[in-house]
Order: sequence, then C-alpha cells, then structure tokens
Amino acid sequence: MISLTNVCKGFNLGKLNAFTAVDGVSLSLEGNRITVLKGPSGSGKTTLLSLIGCMARPTSGRITLHKNLLGKNSFLASGDKPDVEITSLPERFLTEIRRLAFGFIFQQFNLVKGITVIENVLLPSYPLGKKHAEVRKRAGELLDTFGLRARARAKVEWLSGGEAQRVAIARAMMNDPPVIIADEPTAHLDSKLSREFMDIIALLKNSGKTTIIASHDPLVFDAQVVDRVIAVRDGRIDEEGT
Amino acid sequence: MRSWIEKQRSILDYTLASLLRRKGKNFSLLFVYMLVVFILASAMFFTSAMKREASLILQGSPEMVVQRLLMGRYDPIPLDYLKTIRNIRGVISADARLWGYYFDPTVGANYTFMVPHNQPLSLQNIIVGSGIVRSRKVGKGDIMSFRAPDGKVRSFTITGEISASSELISADLILISDTDFRNLFGLNGSYATDLVVAVRNQQELSTIARKITELLPDTRPIIRAEMVRTYDSVFDWRGGMVIVLLLMALLAFVIFASEKASGLSAEERREIGILKAIGWETSDVIAVKTYEGALVSFFSFAGGVLLAYGHIFFSAALLFAPALKGWSVLYPNFRITPFIDPYQVAILFFLTVVPYTVATIIPSWRAAIIDPDSVMRS
Repeated sequence: MISLTNVCKGFNLGKLNAFTAVDGVSLSLEGNRITVLKGPSGSGKTTLLSLIGCMARPTSGRITLHKNLLGKNSFLASGDKPDVEITSLPERFLTEIRRLAFGFIFQQFNLVKGITVIENVLLPSYPLGKKHAEVRKRAGELLDTFGLRARARAKVEWLSGGEAQRVAIARAMMNDPPVIIADEPTAHLDSKLSREFMDIIALLKNSGKTTIIASHDPLVFDAQVVDRVIAVRDGRIDEEGT
Repeated sequence: MRSWIEKQRSILDYTLASLLRRKGKNFSLLFVYMLVVFILASAMFFTSAMKREASLILQGSPEMVVQRLLMGRYDPIPLDYLKTIRNIRGVISADARLWGYYFDPTVGANYTFMVPHNQPLSLQNIIVGSGIVRSRKVGKGDIMSFRAPDGKVRSFTITGEISASSELISADLILISDTDFRNLFGLNGSYATDLVVAVRNQQELSTIARKITELLPDTRPIIRAEMVRTYDSVFDWRGGMVIVLLLMALLAFVIFASEKASGLSAEERREIGILKAIGWETSDVIAVKTYEGALVSFFSFAGGVLLAYGHIFFSAALLFAPALKGWSVLYPNFRITPFIDPYQVAILFFLTVVPYTVATIIPSWRAAIIDPDSVMRS
C-alpha cells in the first residue's frame, strides 16, 4: 500500500553540519495493520514518518502510495497505474495527499491554542469546503467516540494530557483518512493513558484503518495489537519483527 | 461554487476565532490604526470643508474689487475713480466700500470695521459680531470705546449683534456708520477703502480689469476667481503641511503594523505549520491572514473615519481647530457643514489599508511555504 525504495533524506547538504537522517530505506507497508517504527532518539524514525506522510520529500529514492488511499475524486488517482509516485510531486499535490490519505497525531499533540476542542477537531475539514452542518455532525460523532462531548466548548489549553491526546486523535480522524500516522504518541502520557491510547488504536484497526507509529516506548511496540515492529537505527532499518 | 463558499465561510470562522484569541495584540493594533486614520481623516475633512466653506462665502462676494496701490502697498482709493470706472462699457455698477482693521490690545484681537450698504446706522451706534460679544463680554446697550489716530477715544453704543448663522465671516465684525468710520480711522471724505465693480458679462471681467488698469494705473483690480484660488491655496498649504506631518505618522504606523501584525510570533509560525501539516493549502493560510488584515483594516478605517467625521462636523474640530483656523484670536464659533470628498477618502484608504494588508500577507506567505515537516520537530 505504501512502498519506499532506497529512500534517503539528508539535511544541510553541502554544509559542514550536513547529516543523513534516513539512509537507503526500502520498505513496504500493508493496509489495515499497525506498524511501529522503534528506535532511540535521533535514529531517523520521525524523519521516516514525515517522508511517508508527505510532509517532506526524500533527497533520493522513491515513495509510492496505492490509489485506494486517495479516494475516487482525487486528480492523482485518475491514471492507469495502481500506485502514485509521490516523490516528485509539487507541494500542492502533497498537501492534497496529506488531507485525503493521512491523519496525523503529533508528539506534542500540536493542538491550536485559544480555540475550542470542537474547533480544533474541525480544522482538517475546512479546506474541503463541505457543508458546515455535515462536518459539525462528524466532529460531534468523533467527540462522542472519544468521550469528549462534554468538553466540546472547552479551550484546548484547559485539557488534561489524556484529553488533549484524544482531541488530537479525533482531529486526525476528522476527514476519515485510511492511514493514521502517530509520532511518539505516548511520550507525554503515563502508563494508564498509554494503554488507553493503544486501545483506541486497536479500535481504529478494527474499523479498517492503517496505523504507522514511531515510538521508543515498550508499551507501544510490545502491545499485543501491534502487527509489525521495524527497528530503526542511524537512519537504517536495523531489524524487523512481527 | 457552493463548496468554495463553504470553504470561505469556514476559513472566515477560523479567522474570527484567531483574531479573538489574540485580543490584546489585535485591540492595540486596532487602536493605533484607528488613531492614525482618525488624525489623517480629520485633517482631510477639515481642510476640504474649510475650502468649501470659503468658496461658498466668496460666491457672495463682489465679482471685482478695485484697490489702489502706493509703493506696492494698499492705499485708500479716491472716490472720483468711481466715475472713470462707471464709464467703462460693460460695467453695471461701481460702489465704494469702507472697511478697516482695528487692533484691540485689551483682548489682543483684530476687529473688522465695516460700513454696511443696505443698513444705514445712526451716529455712535454699532452692531458687533458674536466673537466680540464673547471675548469682550459685552451686549446690547453696552458701550465700546476705540482710540482714533488723533489720540481721542471714541465711544459707541452696541445696538445689536450680528446673527450667528454668518459667524464665519462676522465673528470679528463691527458695523458702523459712514461718518463714524471716517472719524475713527481719520479717513478723508473723498476716499474709500476699495471699490466694488459689477459687470454685465462675466466673460469680459478680465477685459474690464485690463481697461481699469490702463485708465487708472495706480489701481489693482482683483477678480473673484483669483480670490477663490488664493483661499484654496491657503487652505491647501495648511492642509498640505498637516498632511506632510501626518505622513510621518503614517510611516511610523507602517513600521508598527509590520512589526505587530506581520512579524509572526513563534506561536503563529507553529500554528501555520500545524495547519499545513493537517492539509491546509498555502493559499488557505494566506486567505486567513488576508481576512485578518482586511477585518482589522476595515474596522480601523471605518472607525477612524467615523470618529473624524464626528470630530470635525459635530465637535467643530475640537482638537486641532486652533492650529488650523488661522491667526485670529476671535475664532468663529460655528459648525462646519458636513462635506466629504470621496476622492480624499479613497486616497486615505489606499494610504492605510493597502500598506497594512501588504505588511500582513507577505510574511504569512513566507511562513506558509515552509515545510510542514518542521511541525514534527517542534
């Protein structure tokens, strides 16, 4: 569903502080599975996640997505080939892919402060131009799913860590993307909340979502629900297990 | 189309929420912005209203005034010049005027004495303007004394006050009889201050003026159009001077605006990164910033213009009228007729709204084109 072929990502190339964060990674990720990229800090797993999520372009190599991820209405899904090569696409198309195919859960949750829970959840739907009533209904359902209905009008800075993360998950789910990408999702949670997070991920898997998580938390990569663990070190795939 | 409208509505919703959560910054910006527009608009409204007022008054003034010059300076004009002027073809009438200035050291003000044509006054009676009533605290029946050139003090009884409707021209005016005027100023009975001339055909004004100069070489005919032009340039000069000063204020505002509105904080940059990461286009982010700039601009501009309108036309330019109205001590106490020049409002709009909008959009665009990847690393 998502394939990486000999992907490299370097920063500050040609300068004294140049370094390679991802070095020749080849990988194939299947749909409806939970995959964890594990590794220590600085191993390159966040960069790898960025490349998969179309937030950055690789310095070399190819990344392809299956058309199913983009939906029927996307211009990118109109060709004959089953996969879309995203490496060389302009930013505008990468934005469209991010909007249609991926839901992001960031390490710091990255909620927009000063606005309410429901407004944060609604944010990804704004560029789609869907009917207001329709998107509010969807946001309401998501808040119900994650037990946040009572907090809908609360400002996000008033939330506890667990609530903030559930808002981040609801926001990631807003456009009903087929793939959820989570970067160190349990870094700011205690063990109980971390287990709750993994329970939510299990629910998402049951509803047909594909999840890719970058984490060095054993509560994540040792969880029963995880289908595949890929160890990353120094920008390379170190070992792989299922 | 419907999808586009829904999208703009959502973006506008977000913009409003975004503006409201930075209340302190945005209200201080709104306040400074409104203040600059208020000052600029006040100066513009005031000068254009004064110009209009002056031109309306001059419309009632004579078509041509003839003065006598001696050594390049004004001098009383002999009454026998009237006959020469009346004999010029095209002249309907020529009449003498008696008027002059008197400096009153008590209040440090100049009065304008004038002998009315259509309102003969009895001896030792005067009618005074409301500015004099206010400054000298006098009224009907009171006596006012003035020192004549021979050193004698001449006293007059106030028999009336000139109506307030004509205050702009009458605040410092004193109407007096012909004889009293000549006695007070020591003016010989065969001289007048100047002559007013009426002509049959307006097209011939300059020809008649030329003939007067040829027949009476020591005179200077002044046509009404020239007076209107002079008034215009006087008020333009005053308005212009103020506007040059205000342009500096505007420049300071532009610096303030680019610093406050556009110098995006780390928090704002982070937000833009988040929006990009979750699928917002660069154009969507710019739309938010454009709406933000437009809303702040609109409310500041509208508020500033409305406040200026109230300031000039309802409070009679309370704040800076003393600096702009002129050298007189007897300021007319009148309300300027509301008058707005759309061209000036448009200029003001482009001087304020355009720089602010540009100052808002460009840095936002620069922030919006950064890789959303940076959010992953924050």
